[in-house]
Amino acid sequence: MSVIRQGIATIQRSLRADRAHGAWLAGFLLAAGLLALPSIGLAGEGAAAGPTEYRDIPYIGSRNLVWIVAQLHLLLAGFVLGVPIFAWLCEVIAWRGGEQRYDKLAKEFTKLLTSAYATTALFGGILLFLLVAFYPKLMNYLTDIFFPSFLLYCLLFLFETATLYLYWYGWDAMQYGRKKTLHVFLGFLLNFFALFIMIVPNAWATFQSSPVVISEGTAFERAWAATWNPTWWPINIHRLIANVVLGGYICGAYAGVRYLSAKYKEDREHYDWMGYVGNFIGVFGLLALPFAGYWLMREIYQYNQQMGITLMGGFLSWLFIIQAMLIGVLFLGSNYYFWLGITYRIPGSQAKYRRPIFWMLVSLLFCLAVWMTPHSLVASIEEAQKMGGAHHPLLGVLGVMSAKMTVSNLMILITFMSFVMYWRAGKQDAAGWAKLGKAVMGAVLVLASLAVVVLGVWGYFVPAIVRINYFSTSQVLIVIFVILTITPLTALLLKSAKTTTEMVWGNMPPRAGYSLVLNAVMVILLMTLMGYARSSSRVHWHVYGVMRDSSPYAYSPALGSASLIMAFCTFFFCILVAFIFWVATMGDKAKAAQGAGKTDLPHGIPAIAGGAPDREGGQ
Amino acid sequence: MGRSLIKPIIVMGVMYVVLKFVLPYIPGSAPLPSSLIFLYLLLTLSGIVIFETLSAESKDAFWGPMQRFLTGNNIGGLQALRYGVLILFPLLVGWQTYSSTAPSEQPPSESRTIHPAPPGEYTGLANPVPKTPENIMQGKGFYAAFCSPCHGGNFDGKGPAARGYNPPPANFADPTTIAMLQESYLFWRIKKGGVGLPIEGMPWKSAMPRWELELPDEWIWKIIMGEYDGAHQSPRTWE
Repeated sequence: MSVIRQGIATIQRSLRADRAHGAWLAGFLLAAGLLALPSIGLAGEGAAAGPTEYRDIPYIGSRNLVWIVAQLHLLLAGFVLGVPIFAWLCEVIAWRGGEQRYDKLAKEFTKLLTSAYATTALFGGILLFLLVAFYPKLMNYLTDIFFPSFLLYCLLFLFETATLYLYWYGWDAMQYGRKKTLHVFLGFLLNFFALFIMIVPNAWATFQSSPVVISEGTAFERAWAATWNPTWWPINIHRLIANVVLGGYICGAYAGVRYLSAKYKEDREHYDWMGYVGNFIGVFGLLALPFAGYWLMREIYQYNQQMGITLMGGFLSWLFIIQAMLIGVLFLGSNYYFWLGITYRIPGSQAKYRRPIFWMLVSLLFCLAVWMTPHSLVASIEEAQKMGGAHHPLLGVLGVMSAKMTVSNLMILITFMSFVMYWRAGKQDAAGWAKLGKAVMGAVLVLASLAVVVLGVWGYFVPAIVRINYFSTSQVLIVIFVILTITPLTALLLKSAKTTTEMVWGNMPPRAGYSLVLNAVMVILLMTLMGYARSSSRVHWHVYGVMRDSSPYAYSPALGSASLIMAFCTFFFCILVAFIFWVATMGDKAKAAQGAGKTDLPHGIPAIAGGAPDREGGQ
Repeated sequence: MGRSLIKPIIVMGVMYVVLKFVLPYIPGSAPLPSSLIFLYLLLTLSGIVIFETLSAESKDAFWGPMQRFLTGNNIGGLQALRYGVLILFPLLVGWQTYSSTAPSEQPPSESRTIHPAPPGEYTGLANPVPKTPENIMQGKGFYAAFCSPCHGGNFDGKGPAARGYNPPPANFADPTTIAMLQESYLFWRIKKGGVGLPIEGMPWKSAMPRWELELPDEWIWKIIMGEYDGAHQSPRTWE
């Protein structure tokens, strides 16, 4: 207890000594770290004979604690690795295009990033301590294989931290001329290191799911062989895209909350725009995510039939119905935000677009209904008898991958067209070839939709391998072709188009802000769900087929009890993010209160995460 | 009641009637379980709420009557109805809670896992029997002798004994059954039967015999070839 009291006293002293808000964050992190330490002390010893294989703690249990901390670390990591990608892209847009609001937006994104970075590292540290304490045998085994990449990871972390500090604290100092070029390069480096920070630990986690035979050799050779396991790159790509989606939607939610609480017109306009950008980034990633997910599942199936069936046909298959529901809500929420944007930001467009929106909504709901229809239905004995089993004779065909792939591709197409509609709203084509261009785009869209449906239906009548390797891939390629054809054509058309109605920012109703928050919650829930899926697919193995889990927790929790942990992780992560954002924006409020004096702040004030100078201030 | 409120009520009503009374009577169809009807109605309701709240006008037309009914002043004769709703709604929620948790003679709804994962030793097994016309014919012969009484001579799950089982035997001609599985999966299911299902296959409702007690492995592999050929399906492969 005296240690804790000392720790609290240290925090209080540091808070008194430094009024910068970064100190609050540091204090919180320190307190969290200190509070987590006794959990290791509480750990009970395992069997007396031989080296300790497992330790446990009372009440919550070692597995649940590791689960929660790992999930929170992953969510935070997803955010801090996803945000730099589009923060940097925004900066590049501002740098090349000269539109300074993008630079301001990039800076605001990065401000959120700096405050979240320390928390991510803290949870990573706690996770490591807990893993070493609770699973010494497993950690010993993994260390033996991955030792060189552990060192590489430390180096990468060092580079990432240094680059992030230079990138954030040098923002104002490197605004113009060659210095700006250097700053943009720092942003690139930040993303470069971030990518490797993600893919190195991905190798450790994917090796547990899809281990490969490691022959004798040097430590580097062994680590390299284990890294190149079958699911490493599918996970890398899937996580990279998912991080962008998570980052986009969380930034959108942040903007939504700020929009809802904004008191001034400029703030409303800014956060309305920021919310739009966040939602756009989220949707942009979301369109590509199902393709990456499909590739990952295909690799899992090919690696091990047992694992594939456990996920897609076995006890985890119900999880994918929940996944369909969450993704469906995400698609609906994102489209709803686009449609609200058309109605409220472009005055007079409501009547024009109401009918197309109606048909898009009906199509989306139809697709979602297909996606959410399980192969084996939940039915009472009486109902099952009437159906002649757990499969419905008519709707049962909707429960397999051919149908799911078809509707997910159609939903991507619909969402893309929603965006194109939003893009075109309030503009009148002036190009001579506009009629022809629109006819081509219409034809491409109709033909592509038909082709996706035909391939989906045909997929029932060909061997599975033909469907997986050719039909599903063709569906994906068709959708990508549509996106790559219609996007430049629309951009060309709009280049010469006349703006009939100026876009009005800051007019969105409160429900737009709430829908942004809903989207963020859905994507967090989705990530917690898939975290459970990936870990549970290993069933009773630490390292699949190699090292068996012989702890009392060598069982997969039922979906119902797992959902409690998922809900808790989602709730706690939201609270954590809200706290981090609150701390990060405290400085803005203080500066806003000082009024005109905000522009006089000296540049380059040294401050810890979250308290960096903000020349624009008061966003 | 505004026009915008009547339309959604009609849409919900029509949807319910279609799902409950029209779809089951389409040839080849069957009644939908309540879980699926609930799901589709929920999606319909979500669509209505989304569409009706797209603009300020449509939102007011949609929520306005409900808001006035629940919170407005001077609603005249509707006042009694408001109290009725305010009393009835919690009672309905309570009744729903009670009926879903009270002990009942009805067994609970099942979310059965149809394809539990096979044990590790069966994954990746390749059919060792060459795919020759003779072997396929022989497999069909074994199928006719041992499997067709339940799974049917046409591989459609409608053998003479099928009516005695719940759930019914699998329909191999359905592209969503054996066409989704590798041959090794079928080998495991035939060899070990219903009693060999793992825990994740609960509730164990399979009358499939444990054929390893009666048939040699070679016969089982031949039966698998015969099944796929007879049902005009192909096993899942990775080549």
